[in-house]
Amino acid sequence: MPRYLTMIRIDENNAPEGGPSPELQERMGALLEEITRAGVMLDTAGLRPTAEGTRVTWDKGELSTTDGPFTETKEVIGGYSICQAKNMAEAVEWTKRFLKTHEDYWTITAEVREIEG
Amino acid sequence: MAVSHPPEHPRQAAQATRQAIETVFRMESPRIIAGVTRIVRDVGIAEELAQDALVAALEQWPAQGVPDNPGAWLMATARNRAVDLVRRRERYARKLAEVGRDLETAPAQAGPLEPADPDAIDDDLLRLVFIACHPVLSTEARVALTLRLLGGLSTAEIARAMLAPEPTVAQRIVRAKRTLAARAVAFEVPYGPDRDARLGSVLEVIYLIFNEGYAATAGDDLVRPALCEDALRLARVLTALMPEESEAHGLAALLELQASRTATRTGPAGEPVLLKDQSRAHWNQMLVRRGFAALARAQATAPSPAGALGPYALQAAIAACHAHAHSYEETDWQQIATLYGLLAARAPSPVVELNRAVAVAMAQGTEAGLVLVDALTAEPVLKDYHLLPSVRGDLLERLGRTDEAHAEFERAASLARNERERELLLARAADCWAGSGRGARPAESASCEGA
Repeated sequence: MPRYLTMIRIDENNAPEGGPSPELQERMGALLEEITRAGVMLDTAGLRPTAEGTRVTWDKGELSTTDGPFTETKEVIGGYSICQAKNMAEAVEWTKRFLKTHEDYWTITAEVREIEG
Repeated sequence: MAVSHPPEHPRQAAQATRQAIETVFRMESPRIIAGVTRIVRDVGIAEELAQDALVAALEQWPAQGVPDNPGAWLMATARNRAVDLVRRRERYARKLAEVGRDLETAPAQAGPLEPADPDAIDDDLLRLVFIACHPVLSTEARVALTLRLLGGLSTAEIARAMLAPEPTVAQRIVRAKRTLAARAVAFEVPYGPDRDARLGSVLEVIYLIFNEGYAATAGDDLVRPALCEDALRLARVLTALMPEESEAHGLAALLELQASRTATRTGPAGEPVLLKDQSRAHWNQMLVRRGFAALARAQATAPSPAGALGPYALQAAIAACHAHAHSYEETDWQQIATLYGLLAARAPSPVVELNRAVAVAMAQGTEAGLVLVDALTAEPVLKDYHLLPSVRGDLLERLGRTDEAHAEFERAASLARNERERELLLARAADCWAGSGRGARPAESASCEGA
């Protein structure tokens, strides 16, 4: 059964103020527990804002670092999950359920990718 | 980026909907079957009703769209049909009674029909686990039924996994469901001493499924990872259903740790790679950590006297020793030998003894291990077990007794049923002839590899 990395992409510049509502957190918590109890969820976490992040680039033999926030980037990764699912369709179905826990005023994109090996 | 929603063509849309339905059904079917079994008290009928709900979805969703909560829709549809069925049965029974005939069978009791809450679903699932692994069924039937009802695998997938013809597996499942109905096996979680025996069967079935994938006893492939993952998922589900059960965590820990090595157990051509030669850098560290965490839960929930671990948790502890070691040489063999001693006391078996011998050979010297192995050669249970001559050949080789080692490897090869393992053993036999050859190989046994 393959593993899938789901990257949650958000727009930090247009994220709802105050972050996730308590109701959202509750729905999300319940769903994450359900995915775990189904034996599917291996690991998941949110990420701290890019303001606290650093990019390290290797470009033609030159190392450079850029401290966040990465305001020029429309979408940044705000969280991830690693799931063990039967196939891509199942991984996508869980991802849809995850997105559906959000209120209508959210705009988020989840990218589901199979982990190699 | 291709946007798949909304699809451009009706046919594409129909296909997407169909795929969505099948995916959701597969994900939800264990819970649906469990919930419906509570009402109709028969897993065979419950499975048919779940299938009916699938058919209803295939008819309605393409036109009406996939509902917001597809899992709940399927569950509600299946439950409604179950309730109809029970009512019809009751009406029929009443009619029979009215015309004055004796009832041969009491009408089935309908379960409470309140909306399904998560705890109730968990209870139902656990009951379904205990039914699928009921001792009234043969081991093969338990395995097939567990994969079918709880793993959501199709008959064709189970047949492929078990290397059995599809009609055989289908027959096995049909007969198993019939046996359960005929023997009126109760839909319940047993308690008291019965519970321990039944839980043993549940754990064993999951372990067997994993092992069939991990150390394929026959066939051309050494590892069938999909089967391992199914078993691992079942073990994870079981720990969620029985959070206070130390051995459920122990089994989960064992399987997580064993699965962490999957990628390194075979070479590019599918040949087996011995534990010593596995690249530890490629052991899956996330699974290792999950294994450690599950082992810690097994220890925390172990019954008194404190730390009295069961056989699965002990095997997990051994696997954890390997995972903790940075290299084969740095492994704490003394600790492993001690754990095998505990395991031999808790669940004595010649196979455990053989594994203990390997650990003793590493911890206390090859001679000490060989004494233990030699004592096992008269063991009838191990008469055709290829790992006995394999281990013995290995120890002999290390002691420089290459002629004897050669004979043992050849014998091991003749007993191995897995093609890949046979090749490896023949190669090792040839090495012995070549004298120093590739140099001494380390001991490798079922559980130094397997645990």
